[in-house]
Amino acid sequence: MIDFSSIEQMLEDTRRSGLQIWENIMLSDCEQQGISEEISLSKMDRMLDAMIAADASYRAEERSASGLVGGDGGKMMEYAKGETLCGDFLTDVMASALRMGECNACMKRIVAAPTAGACGVLPAVLLAYHRHFGADEKELIRALYVAAGFGMIIANRASISGAEGGCQAEIGAAAAMAAPALVQLMGGSPGQMAHACAMSMKNLLGLVCDPVGGLVEVPCVKRNVIGAMDAVSTAQMAMAGIESRVPPDQVLDAMREVGESLPPSLRETGKGGLAATHFGKQYAPREE
Amino acid sequence: MNLFDILGPIMVGPSSSHTAGAVRIGGMARALLGCQPDRAELLLHGSFASTGAGHGTYQALIAGLLGLAPDDPDVPHSYELAERAGMRFSFANVNLRDVHPNSVLIRMETADGRKMEIGASSPGGGRIEVFQVDGLRTAFSGELPTLLVRNNDQPGCVSRVTGALANGQINVASLQLSRGGRGGSAVMVIECDEEIPWSTVEEIRALPGILQVTRYSLEEAK
Repeated sequence: MIDFSSIEQMLEDTRRSGLQIWENIMLSDCEQQGISEEISLSKMDRMLDAMIAADASYRAEERSASGLVGGDGGKMMEYAKGETLCGDFLTDVMASALRMGECNACMKRIVAAPTAGACGVLPAVLLAYHRHFGADEKELIRALYVAAGFGMIIANRASISGAEGGCQAEIGAAAAMAAPALVQLMGGSPGQMAHACAMSMKNLLGLVCDPVGGLVEVPCVKRNVIGAMDAVSTAQMAMAGIESRVPPDQVLDAMREVGESLPPSLRETGKGGLAATHFGKQYAPREE
Repeated sequence: MNLFDILGPIMVGPSSSHTAGAVRIGGMARALLGCQPDRAELLLHGSFASTGAGHGTYQALIAGLLGLAPDDPDVPHSYELAERAGMRFSFANVNLRDVHPNSVLIRMETADGRKMEIGASSPGGGRIEVFQVDGLRTAFSGELPTLLVRNNDQPGCVSRVTGALANGQINVASLQLSRGGRGGSAVMVIECDEEIPWSTVEEIRALPGILQVTRYSLEEAK
């Protein structure tokens, strides 16, 4: 059984069990929760449906309460009609990440993955992959289990809270979940998933949580794009056989240590970084 | 923690820790009080205090006290709902020591004057932890059926309560004890693997030295 404390233990246990990694993640969680496989699968199905519904709920004309975000997903979709620098798939990933981030800021119903601020990363890569490479629902559900399994280890070993670990614990964690999920969709091995996870996290290590006005808007919405692009690039690197030199568990330990070293001003307090710029201060919450 | 704490919850944005977690804290406070409070005073700490306004934390906490779920589209409109429901509330900032940055202390009072104070945190992903009940330290998350027992700090209380649970075939997952001072009032937090039937709750209420029993049910919290 996977104890979700270490990526190495997850890989070793999966090797021993002879199960596929997504299946071992699902069954280990079922056993720990005392629920049946059917209940777990139907819950995961609901998550996928909610992601699809949230993506469909996007309206380019809507703006957040502050007026700071909204409409960028629409701009990217409009731009995608012409020739793009990034090509169809990556442009769809970018547009999808923007749409979901904006839905969240506009108080729509979304799926936290692992947090609401980072809710655009995972659906952006999975739904765009589905549209461009034709993964079916069953394959997407399997990829979601892989994402959740890696996410649980990140949460246990480091953090998935911006207030604790900075943005690396939100967008970074989402990218480090989405990358192994993509490797699953592409038919890669558990080892390649682990390296994709580690490389994604390393790329965003130290990312600070500095939201303007303390709102989950600027820079959060656009950081969903870099999280998704990070995941795509490291999934492809992993599929090419490129490995993280630093072992995956040690990357997560570094992430924890970096998070703990961040000053409170850069951990979701809305007091440092972009929030403390001349622009950001105009939106600073009044101290009561 | 389980897979659906990582993927999920399905929720109204914008923040799992500051919005969804805050709805759940309000809901937990309501469940522990056993009814909708007549009035509530909410003291916000740390990141809740400094960024709560931008995250809809204030509306989310009130939505929870009203019994709304984190994915209810009415979460942003909870103030109007509270006014219609006749629930009064006020907010202030506070500096609590040694607690998670996303924390709140909720002081509630029922229409018949019963009071309760809950301290809770939202560490991320929509999960919560109740760290204080009526001034006594606790640590429970509402992820398991939970029994909160206030008792006189005297010998035998713990064994009588766990005995009643054993009679009901309820397996104890964790047991925490906390007291104000020797011989005073104490609190037992018992997380169980099974839902705790009302018959067991009544049995515990009738035991000597027991002051108050609160049952938190996962099925009813859904």
